[in-house]
Amino acid sequence: MNLKDEVAIVGIGQTEFSRGSGRTELDLACEAISAAIEDAGLDVGEIDGLTKYEMDGTLEISLVSALGIPNLRYFGQVGYGGSGQSSVVQMAAMGVATGQCDVAVCYRAMNGRSGLRLGLSRAGERAVGAFAYTDPFGMVSMAQRLGMFARRHMIEYGSTEEQFGHAAVTLRDHAQHNPKAIMYGRPITLEDHQESRMIADPLRLLDCCLESDGAVALVLTRADRAKTLRRKPVYIMSTAQATGPHADGIVFRPSLAVAESPLAARDLYARAGVGPGDVDVAMLYDHFTPFILIGLESFGFCGPGEAGPFVEEGNIRWPHGPLPVNTHGGSHSEAYVHGLTHVAEAVRQLRGTSTAQVDDAEIALVGSSVNQVSSALILRR
Amino acid sequence: MTTLGKEFGLPLPLIDVGNQSFWQGTAAGELRLQACEQCGEFRYPPAPACWNCHAMGGTWTAVSGKGFVYSWVIAHHAAHPGAADLVPYNIVIVELEEGPRLVSNLVDCPNEEIEAGLPVEALFEEVSDDVTLPRFRRSGR
Repeated sequence: MNLKDEVAIVGIGQTEFSRGSGRTELDLACEAISAAIEDAGLDVGEIDGLTKYEMDGTLEISLVSALGIPNLRYFGQVGYGGSGQSSVVQMAAMGVATGQCDVAVCYRAMNGRSGLRLGLSRAGERAVGAFAYTDPFGMVSMAQRLGMFARRHMIEYGSTEEQFGHAAVTLRDHAQHNPKAIMYGRPITLEDHQESRMIADPLRLLDCCLESDGAVALVLTRADRAKTLRRKPVYIMSTAQATGPHADGIVFRPSLAVAESPLAARDLYARAGVGPGDVDVAMLYDHFTPFILIGLESFGFCGPGEAGPFVEEGNIRWPHGPLPVNTHGGSHSEAYVHGLTHVAEAVRQLRGTSTAQVDDAEIALVGSSVNQVSSALILRR
Repeated sequence: MTTLGKEFGLPLPLIDVGNQSFWQGTAAGELRLQACEQCGEFRYPPAPACWNCHAMGGTWTAVSGKGFVYSWVIAHHAAHPGAADLVPYNIVIVELEEGPRLVSNLVDCPNEEIEAGLPVEALFEEVSDDVTLPRFRRSGR
C-alpha cells in the first residue's frame, strides 16, 4: 500500500521555549500533547498511538499514567535523535494507515539546555564502537564532527564562512517575526556572525543551533476523519528514511560533502509524485548552518556546490526568496527541540498561520539531520 | 596538540575482542587494519564484515601509515573536561594511501599551517597503560 494522502496532521502543540524551563520533561510533554489534542478538537482519552524519540527521557508508561490515556495500543521509539525526526512521524502515520491506532501522537520533550546537553562525550567513560576511533583524539562534540563536513564543503565547492553567515542571518531574521522564538527581538548582522567566537573552526558560535528547553507534539489521524475535525488537514504525501554503509562514526565516509539524505530524498519524491520544484517552503535541519547548504543540495533544491551562492543571493529568505527555509527561525533561532519544531512550522505554513507566511503555500518539505541516518516528509494542504 | 603522556584526560577507547588487534598494532608501532579476504578492500574502524562485498572476517594487515590531510577542524571550545588545557587543538581526518580515513591529530604543526592535501605519516604515542594512539606529522614529501 502507498501511504500517500492516507494520513493527516490535525493538531500541533508546543510549550514555551526557554533556556531553563524549571519543569520536568514529563510536565513539558504533557502540556504539548494536551495542547496538540486541544488544537485538533479531540479528547486526550482518544489517543491510542504514540511515537517518540528514543533519546527522549520520558516514557510511554509515564505519559499514559499522567494523562489518563485509557488504552494505548500502538507505540514505538525511533533512534538517532534529530536524524529520526521525520521517522517519528512516519512511524505514527504507518500505525494510523494500517489501523493499528486511530489517533496517534508524536512528541519530543527536552530540557536540552538546563538538563542533559546533547552530543557530548561523558567524562570518565571509555569510548565504544566507532567512537573509540574519534573521541580519544578530542573529537567529542557534534560541532567538531560536523565541522569536518563544513570544511569539505568549503574545499570541494568553495563555500565560504560568509555564506554560512548568510544562512545564520536569514534564520535569525525569520525569528524576528516569531514571538515564540528564543531569539525574537535579537537580530544579528553578517558582521556579528563573522565576529562571533570560533567553536570548532570553521564553525563559529553563530553557526550553532540553540540548546533549549521545551516540547512539541503533533496529532495524526486518517484523512477521512481529518476532514471532520476543527483544523484544515495537512496531508502526509510521503515519508522516507535512509541510512547507508558509512554511517557509523559519522565521519568515516567516502565523501564528507554529501551525506545519507539523497537516499531519503529519492524515495521521498518518488512516493509523493512531486519534485523539488513543486515545494513551496522547506524546513531543513539546522544544527549547524552549513547543513542548510548541504540540505538544500541533498534534497535537490540546488546542484552539488550551488547552495552557498543560492543562500547568499537570498533564495531562502522570506518573503521574497523563491524557497523560504525555516520560516520559524529554525533550531538556530527559534528553539532546538530535535527538529519537531520544523514539522509544526510546516503545518502552520500549510494552514496559512505562520508568522512568516509564504503566499499560497501548498507543499512543504521537512528534512531531518542529513548524516548517519536521514528522514524526511512531504506535506500538503 | 603535543604529546599528552600520562595526563591524558580525553576518553580512552574501550578495547574488546573486536578491536584489540588494532590496539596491539599501535602498541607495536604499526597501523594494522583489516583487509577483506575476498575483495581486498581495507576498512576502518574495525568491523566484523566487509562493507564492500559483505564477506565476513578479514586479515589484520600493517599499512604504510602514509597519507594526506582530507579534512580538519580546530577545536576552540573545550567540549570535554579533558580538553580544557588543550584548546585550541587540531582534529584531522587523514586519508591513508591504502584508502581508509582515520580521525587523529597532527603533531608539531601549527594549526594555521594545516591544509587539505598535506602529506603526513603516522607516529605512535602511548597515552595510558593499555592505549597507544596513532597520530600524524608532516612527512615533508
